[in-house]
Amino acid sequence: MKAFDTYLLDRAKQDGAHKLESYRKLGGYKGLEKVLKTGLTPAAVIDEVKKSNLRGRGGAGFPTGLKWSFMPDPAKDPRPRYLAINADESEPGTCKDRVLMERDPHGLVEGSLIAAYAIRAQAVYIYVRGEYRLSHDRVRDAILEARAAKLVGKNILGSDFSCEIYMHKGAGAYICGEETGLMESLEGKRGHPRPKPPFPAMSGLWGQPTTVNNVETVFNAPFIIERGGAWLAGIGTKGSSGNFLCGISGHVNKPGVYELPFGVTAKEIIEDKAGGIWKGRKLKAWFPGGSSCALLTGKDVDVVLDHDSLKARGSSLGTAAMIMIDDSTSIARVMEIIARFYDHESCGQCSQCREGTQWLAQIFRRIAHGKGQPDDIDTLDALAKGMAPGKTICALSDAAAIPTLSAVRLFKDELMECVRKQRDPLAVKQPEYAVAGGHH
Amino acid sequence: MALPQDLVREFDELVKNYPEKRAALILALHRCQETMGGWISPDIMEDLAAYFALEPVEVYGVASFYPMFRLRPVGKHVVSICHNISCDLRGAQDVIAQVCKLTGAPLHGTSQDGKWTVATVECAGACANAPMFDLDGVYHEDLDAEKIAKILGAVK
Repeated sequence: MKAFDTYLLDRAKQDGAHKLESYRKLGGYKGLEKVLKTGLTPAAVIDEVKKSNLRGRGGAGFPTGLKWSFMPDPAKDPRPRYLAINADESEPGTCKDRVLMERDPHGLVEGSLIAAYAIRAQAVYIYVRGEYRLSHDRVRDAILEARAAKLVGKNILGSDFSCEIYMHKGAGAYICGEETGLMESLEGKRGHPRPKPPFPAMSGLWGQPTTVNNVETVFNAPFIIERGGAWLAGIGTKGSSGNFLCGISGHVNKPGVYELPFGVTAKEIIEDKAGGIWKGRKLKAWFPGGSSCALLTGKDVDVVLDHDSLKARGSSLGTAAMIMIDDSTSIARVMEIIARFYDHESCGQCSQCREGTQWLAQIFRRIAHGKGQPDDIDTLDALAKGMAPGKTICALSDAAAIPTLSAVRLFKDELMECVRKQRDPLAVKQPEYAVAGGHH
Repeated sequence: MALPQDLVREFDELVKNYPEKRAALILALHRCQETMGGWISPDIMEDLAAYFALEPVEVYGVASFYPMFRLRPVGKHVVSICHNISCDLRGAQDVIAQVCKLTGAPLHGTSQDGKWTVATVECAGACANAPMFDLDGVYHEDLDAEKIAKILGAVK
């Protein structure tokens, strides 16, 4: 791997960087100061972020500056407006935002303030998944410190910019990571995604203009302001600029969250960062960006990690959460778990998703347990094609269908063999334990 | 039954963070579960409904939607084991079996002495440090048999 400069995790690697004093010593709040003290207009901030070509790090990869520019002109639309930070990190394999929140929470606070300034939001809600207690507490404490230092609240740093930041907690539902599900949940309701349009920029939280950004996305903002949009645009590849956090998990020697520039290959990450596939085995399959991406095979490790290259291979960058699966592993077992997850998390509003995820889970389960039926593989394919693309209110249905279609396409023979033999030749004997009848 | 006064005072502050009071409902459910026995009883739901001026069924509808809210009594300590893909690839099933054995609780059940409840959860975002469990709100990661025995053995 070629040498590269880091910035996302530099502070996080220092002990105590979560405290304001250390954060400032390490150069923190310089971006916000630049915005407020040199009279950068909100439009100028958005332009700089557009120049940087920063794309959202929460999975969809939408251009951040463009998203911010969708917010209506306050001169024409004086309604209150909000920024919601999506810290509901729940896509299987994804554990990167947690590192930023636990170890460098002021980076999120500063990034949120710059984003709020750009879209002229009076308030920021940071929606942290309920399980992330340490992340929640660290960001909450950072906000308290920042408020005491006049970095949050009224007339920040003596400017006419005022902005509050509030912490909010989820309670274990994956669907609340979908931006409209998140807004419903923030309003104290079940996390049922809303049909779009209207889009959040026109009608979001409490019907007001709202932008939803991922943690790592806004974390980039202070660096862009300080160093310039052209600086970030110069890192990475055409179409994917900057460094990104790559969580690599599963069958590697050194799983971890690594900072990398777009443009490195999967092979470089696996070998140079993650210490290779474990136990001397070979890579059989992998998800490049969380479990809702299409599976790739061991032969695909030459692919460059960026939006366009993964799309060209029929998968996607997603949250850049690489899940590595060695050649001793059963694909039926992997898909049994993935399908169970999406079944568990479907909110139930759309029948394609509510019924489809349930059937995918049942069918993968019976294939993995030696009870597959002759036409099961075709049924999986037909079901998944009926669930996606774009047939439901949100993308959860797609998230279940996409890995299914890839598994059926890439590993049809292996799945067929499980059905034919009425057992999974790669199944591992699982330990036994008692299960209580009926659980919540 | 009525909500304890200190919680009511806490909620009165919390609702100021939002343009609509109801937005604090999920946070209020968390606080009730944390401070009132580890689960959300029907009485608590009625009290919260009264506080938020909602029908009790609205509160139930929210509480039952979110997996972190427990609608039945639990043991003194709760072990939530991730069984999603990254943890499964690194031995989550062995973790479940060992935790059930050491605690005497069946999965999704409570031990007879009422000390332990054991459950599985979906991806907890500890994928790069799998396998993991959450014990009473604290993550324990990079688990192996020895570590599990030590962690559970230290719980009073």
